[in-house]
Amino acid sequence: MSYINKGDRPTRAGFGEGLLEAGRKNPDIYAIGADITSSVGANLFAGEFPERFISLGIAEQNCAGVAAGLALMNKIPVFTTYAVFSAIRAADQIRISICYNNLHALIGGAHAGISVGPDGATHQALEDVAVMRSLPHMTVLSPCDATQANLLTQKALLELNGPVYIRFGREAVPDFTSPDDYTEIGKAQIMREGNDLTIIATGHMVWEALQSAELLAQKGIEAKVINIHTIKPIDKEAILQAAAETGLLFTVEEHQITGGLGGAVAEVVAEQGGARVHRIGIPDSFGESGTPDELLEKFNLKAHRFSPIIESEYHEFLRAGRK
Amino acid sequence: MTKITDSRLLLELSYNIRALIVKMLSTAGSGHTGGSLGLADVFTALYFNELNHNPQKPLWPDRDRVILSIGHVAPVLYATLAEAGYFDKSELFTLRKIGSRLQGHPGRDTGLPGIETSSGSLGQGLSIAVGMAIAAKKDNSGIRIFSIHGDGELQEGQIWEAAMAAAHHKLDNITAVVDVNGLQIDGPTTKVMNLEPLGLKWEAFGWNVIGCNGHDFSDILRAFREAREFRGKPSVILASTVMGKGVKSIENNHGWHGRVPSSTEAVEFLCQIDESYRIELSKSELSK
Repeated sequence: MSYINKGDRPTRAGFGEGLLEAGRKNPDIYAIGADITSSVGANLFAGEFPERFISLGIAEQNCAGVAAGLALMNKIPVFTTYAVFSAIRAADQIRISICYNNLHALIGGAHAGISVGPDGATHQALEDVAVMRSLPHMTVLSPCDATQANLLTQKALLELNGPVYIRFGREAVPDFTSPDDYTEIGKAQIMREGNDLTIIATGHMVWEALQSAELLAQKGIEAKVINIHTIKPIDKEAILQAAAETGLLFTVEEHQITGGLGGAVAEVVAEQGGARVHRIGIPDSFGESGTPDELLEKFNLKAHRFSPIIESEYHEFLRAGRK
Repeated sequence: MTKITDSRLLLELSYNIRALIVKMLSTAGSGHTGGSLGLADVFTALYFNELNHNPQKPLWPDRDRVILSIGHVAPVLYATLAEAGYFDKSELFTLRKIGSRLQGHPGRDTGLPGIETSSGSLGQGLSIAVGMAIAAKKDNSGIRIFSIHGDGELQEGQIWEAAMAAAHHKLDNITAVVDVNGLQIDGPTTKVMNLEPLGLKWEAFGWNVIGCNGHDFSDILRAFREAREFRGKPSVILASTVMGKGVKSIENNHGWHGRVPSSTEAVEFLCQIDESYRIELSKSELSK
């Protein structure tokens, strides 16, 4: 199966559409506004359901607590702001008021990753997955495109129970999945088959991983590509199978390589598998201002930048007689 | 639950609760004695008079909600709930023990009847109250939300975010109670981080501010009534209390914030509680 870009769209737009659709299906869904409602995509919901939109201003700690209060009264709250503020600034409130109470609340992390661009390091969430992934009860979602963001937002609100974190980006990126693709929270998606190595990606990096697989194919290397849209609970089975099949795994993410997807995959493989894991992502540093493309280039997060890394690691791996 | 209005009965209950607090904390071997004792009268008035609740049906959907924002004074909540009949008093002696439903700070996941939310990280309760109050308004229910705070806790910034939100959304179904004992772990609040002018701060944030003597039942009940009848703004009751109230030898001693009596001290404390009860009772007889 090969994927075609239906046209660039931001994942935040998919989140906004999913929130609106879920709101139409369930009258208990409430959205909390933290002053950047349009920019995170919640304006669609707020426009159609003003009575279920609660504006709380620039006060993320309070937003997380109010979400807990709503959930304790059997509402389904959605608290979304930039990921640096929802997942990191309000981390203690999410930990105690939401997770320790095990409440069904959706926390949206908008403008996640380095591709936020010119706003610079303060606004580039590169640690949100690490923080959210470590909280008991929390599910962590990271859709690969707008279509999947829409789908997972609806599933998180209408099918799950318990706290959920969903991260999505600012920039328009290829929208290539279909709403009809089999998508289940907690199940990895095999996007491409290949026997030489595996690229495990999440979020915007799934499209890049598919492009990378094409570049590698031109060099005679067949890469399997896996989309991890659910970072927690992670699909151990899919990772271990890829480890057994290819022996060499690459993780690609717009996040620190510690604690994010790379960390999660390495944990699974170190405990139960026997593969080598090479993590591609932000190498324990802050971001900076620049255009999204410039930053993705700088941090080796474009297919043409990380493909040579994969290629040379692959040959090194073969030389070492690991396969 | 039947509302008790007789101050003498309330007094008896509050001193029973104090005795339970001393016994359970002494058995636990760690915990927060001073604040728990200081709030015994406010909790008695709340659970035996003001609150619309049913200990036999702890999950009754239309019950009023109590949020203990200062999770460290869990002993006064646990003792009051047991006294009201939410669970057997014998369970109080499992406090802080492994496997207990009575966690050091309340944990909702234990399923202890009467626990509305987990708490313990200071400053979070008022936001939860705001969320609950908004939901109650959206559902056109008469449910009221009570959130219990410490004065030192008000140093947390989140409290003021929530205070702003409660006034903005005109949540007159919230009654916040602040335990104003003037003490925190490092010493008097005036020295650690001054909160005054406290009433003016709440007023400036758009709240209806009510003062009361947190050890005088008729005054506490008056404060609750004023909060209940006030419309258009959330109410805050600034309850002046004495940390350690009822145990003369530790009253107003911030060293007893996070200390518990040894078994020998507990016997001594229980004697003091008995004596304080008799003195308070005779005062209330005299004022009749």
